Amino acid sequence: MLALIRRDITLALRSGGGFGLALAFFLILTLFVPFGVGPDRELLSIIAPGILWIGALLSCLLSLDRVFQLDAEDGTLEALATAPLPLSGIATAKAIAHWITTGLPLTIASAPLGYLLGLPATGYLPLVLSLLSGTVALSFIGMFGAAVTVGIKRGGLLLSLLVLPLYIPTLILGAQCVTRSINGDSAVASFALLTGLSLLTIALIPFAASMALRANLR
Amino acid sequence: MFAVQNIDAQRGTRHVLTNVSFTLDAGACLFLRGPNGSGKTTLLRTLAGLTPPSAGSINVNPDEIVYTAHLDAVKPQLTVAENIAFWHAVYQTEQTDTLTRFNLSDLAQRDGATLSAGQKRRLGLARLYISGCKIWLLDEPTTALDADHVAQFAQILTDHCASGGIAVVSTHLDLPIAHAQILNVADYAPQTGTHDPFLEGSY
Repeated sequence: MLALIRRDITLALRSGGGFGLALAFFLILTLFVPFGVGPDRELLSIIAPGILWIGALLSCLLSLDRVFQLDAEDGTLEALATAPLPLSGIATAKAIAHWITTGLPLTIASAPLGYLLGLPATGYLPLVLSLLSGTVALSFIGMFGAAVTVGIKRGGLLLSLLVLPLYIPTLILGAQCVTRSINGDSAVASFALLTGLSLLTIALIPFAASMALRANLR
Repeated sequence: MFAVQNIDAQRGTRHVLTNVSFTLDAGACLFLRGPNGSGKTTLLRTLAGLTPPSAGSINVNPDEIVYTAHLDAVKPQLTVAENIAFWHAVYQTEQTDTLTRFNLSDLAQRDGATLSAGQKRRLGLARLYISGCKIWLLDEPTTALDADHVAQFAQILTDHCASGGIAVVSTHLDLPIAHAQILNVADYAPQTGTHDPFLEGSY
């Protein structure tokens, strides 16, 4: 499993399209918001948590179709499926590699981008912590969508349609963590639920994804 | 021992083969023959565990099987050495002569993207040796290989069987493997006497 994670990180770094694309999209999306809603700093600071969370979510979505598709196209997925690794282990490794190359950089980038949107000082720590925890769920849920659509040529749109509704609880809880902290309320409950959701996806989704992969490999 | 008993194989919803049985002892090599579309790949995929048989049983430990399909499973962004190291890590094996055995030493630092089809094929076949598995399932392994490398691969296959391994090979080439058995896959089609109006001059 470690070998697969290491290899996927290397591929993401070398191919360019995987690692930098999500980060660049997150940057551009966040920078475009003031052009759309105007330079009103007070308004921007109110909508900043939602914008940053939606930006991170959409950026995650961008690289999802690569999770299994490239391996399926060059025969690696079939070779891995007949190797001694369980398919659920392969799915877990893929989601972890996706999180390291997408979720983690987005989390790190969120703080300076929060400054650009005028995020209040009390919102930074909850923003980073909620993204750190919530992007794990985004990667695992996205990996499941990628496993379901791996047999479909150009299934990117279908993948988005499948995954976006499943992202709603993560988005609500993540943005709520930041908003409640900014408003001076306790965000512990929201953060606990968000982390619980992430742990649930880690525990259950690899098995669902392995069944989807098995069906697609037939 | 690799025992296959009365299996039916299907591809998607299409029933391709019925009642296939054979038993291979250590050191055996079985060639699958048959025209295009007769079910050689379907049978190999079924034996590999990718498609479960709709009937019958396959008595083998799945961890003893390695399967090479038409695609080479070579990553274009990784060098030849990195591709090999990855599969060594997956199978947790440490053979040091993989590069030399498959004549890849000179290509070790070349990216997978810059390899020719034959070179990629050799790198794909190297996974068999890396796996350390006893049972090799090979689907057209000699595609894109030149005559010298076909002969070299035949020697690797002979060595594998001589060391107690088992190979099931779908190929249209006559590989020089001593005591190889042949299974004509077309004999196991669900319907015999298929109607071909073009051959029968109906038009």
